[in-house]
Amino acid sequence: MTKVGKPDQMIIKGKRLDGRDLEEFRPITLNVGVLKRAEGSAVFKFGDTYALAAVYGPKTMHPKHMQNPQKAVLKCIYSMAPFSTKERVRPGRSRRSTEISKVLNEALSNVIFFEDYPKTGIDVFVEILQADASTRCAGLNAASLALADAGIPMRDLITTCSVGKVEDKIILDVGGYEDNYGDVDMAVAIIGNQDKIVLLQMDGIITKEEFIKMIKLARDGCAKIYEMQKSALRERYKTGEEDVES
Amino acid sequence: MLKASENYVKKIVEEEMRIDNRRFDEFREIKIETDVIKNAEGSARVLMGNTHVLVGIKMSVASPFPDTPDEGMLIVNAELAPIASPTFEPGPPNEDSIELARVVDRGIRESHCIGLEKLCIEEGKEVWEVNIDIHVLDHDGNLIDAAALGAMAALLRTKIPRYENKRIVFGDYERQLPINDRPIAITVTKISDKLLIDPNLEEEDALDARITISTNEKGEICSLQKGGEGYFTTEELERAADLSILKGKELRNLLGN
Repeated sequence: MTKVGKPDQMIIKGKRLDGRDLEEFRPITLNVGVLKRAEGSAVFKFGDTYALAAVYGPKTMHPKHMQNPQKAVLKCIYSMAPFSTKERVRPGRSRRSTEISKVLNEALSNVIFFEDYPKTGIDVFVEILQADASTRCAGLNAASLALADAGIPMRDLITTCSVGKVEDKIILDVGGYEDNYGDVDMAVAIIGNQDKIVLLQMDGIITKEEFIKMIKLARDGCAKIYEMQKSALRERYKTGEEDVES
Repeated sequence: MLKASENYVKKIVEEEMRIDNRRFDEFREIKIETDVIKNAEGSARVLMGNTHVLVGIKMSVASPFPDTPDEGMLIVNAELAPIASPTFEPGPPNEDSIELARVVDRGIRESHCIGLEKLCIEEGKEVWEVNIDIHVLDHDGNLIDAAALGAMAALLRTKIPRYENKRIVFGDYERQLPINDRPIAITVTKISDKLLIDPNLEEEDALDARITISTNEKGEICSLQKGGEGYFTTEELERAADLSILKGKELRNLLGN
């Protein structure tokens, strides 16, 4: 029953395989305004997971029959670069990427003032350039920043991180090994640092008590990301420089 | 068909009522019928009020995934056929049918309810593949719960055909599909800040958010999927989990063993 390649032990003396504590993030890097053509763009990295997001719009909605006379229509597309994983990802939409695009769209829809731009479309493209678990979270954090960078009026930012369970321990920010061989992977997104959960997906077996504990841990994690997001935006608009993607 | 408007549904729910007079925690009438398709290795029909879902299971032989060379495989697919609703279009699966299939898939997969390790024919070469196909025939809301229930009912009746000289002898069965658990998906819907279950189509059109919680026989959660353009608070999620565990038991009893 064991998967091929599973490490014997994934938590040793309270430390994870990459040396992290149970409730510690991988190094987080985030940058706003990294692309020239897009109205807004951002990079968000959890360790080796590298997500890039770009926003185009609001612009005239095509095809026309998809226009909404009252508000803007959001289209968020998540995709993984073919070289982002060990085994090449086949280009184009997969069932997984379609589902993730849908939940990212729903999460972002909570905060955008769509009524401000009737008949238009706002496109958000999330590209995973390098994957090492928690890609939808990195992608959604980047998308939220890119929307803010594009100057789209929003109620708040969306913040998100993953939590998991490995060897009966609850962990923050699921990394590659933990995604493949751990027991539980849960993605949580909230509005800003409020108690409003807009994205929630989980695979694996947990009790209700563990579920609530994991939600709380994710909210604490999101609160930290929220501060980083805000300072990244402040940084970007303090200098006015257009940083080329590093 | 004349439908209750979104605002009407919301207003009624605000007053602690529902447009069809049900309680918030009350399912519509549920009927499950199994072995409805002769050529399928397992099948079930679920009626949940006017929602009608047919699930057929076909067994096939395939080569295993490299990281699980001695385990059978599970594939779930959902068709939102145009006969089921004026809003369903013919053509390739759209995001709704993909989400439906994937949420049902995760509930089954993560509960380990199918004994996939007992479906190996030759390690690294040939294993059984369990293909669950969900056909929605009438859409009146709550497709996820109806489809997941139908899939479980069909799995419990699925038989593995004989496999001889690299050929499947259809209609001639070797054994029952090994089943270890009976996960149940319950979707809790939030309308006007109230939580309710089994929304009909009018209620679904008025929802702020929904969360599907699959639970196993032990009452543990084995998968979660939030949908809709609204949010849940932690306290609402806690109540939704309680409701799903409770209602999951109720629906499981309809399945028998």
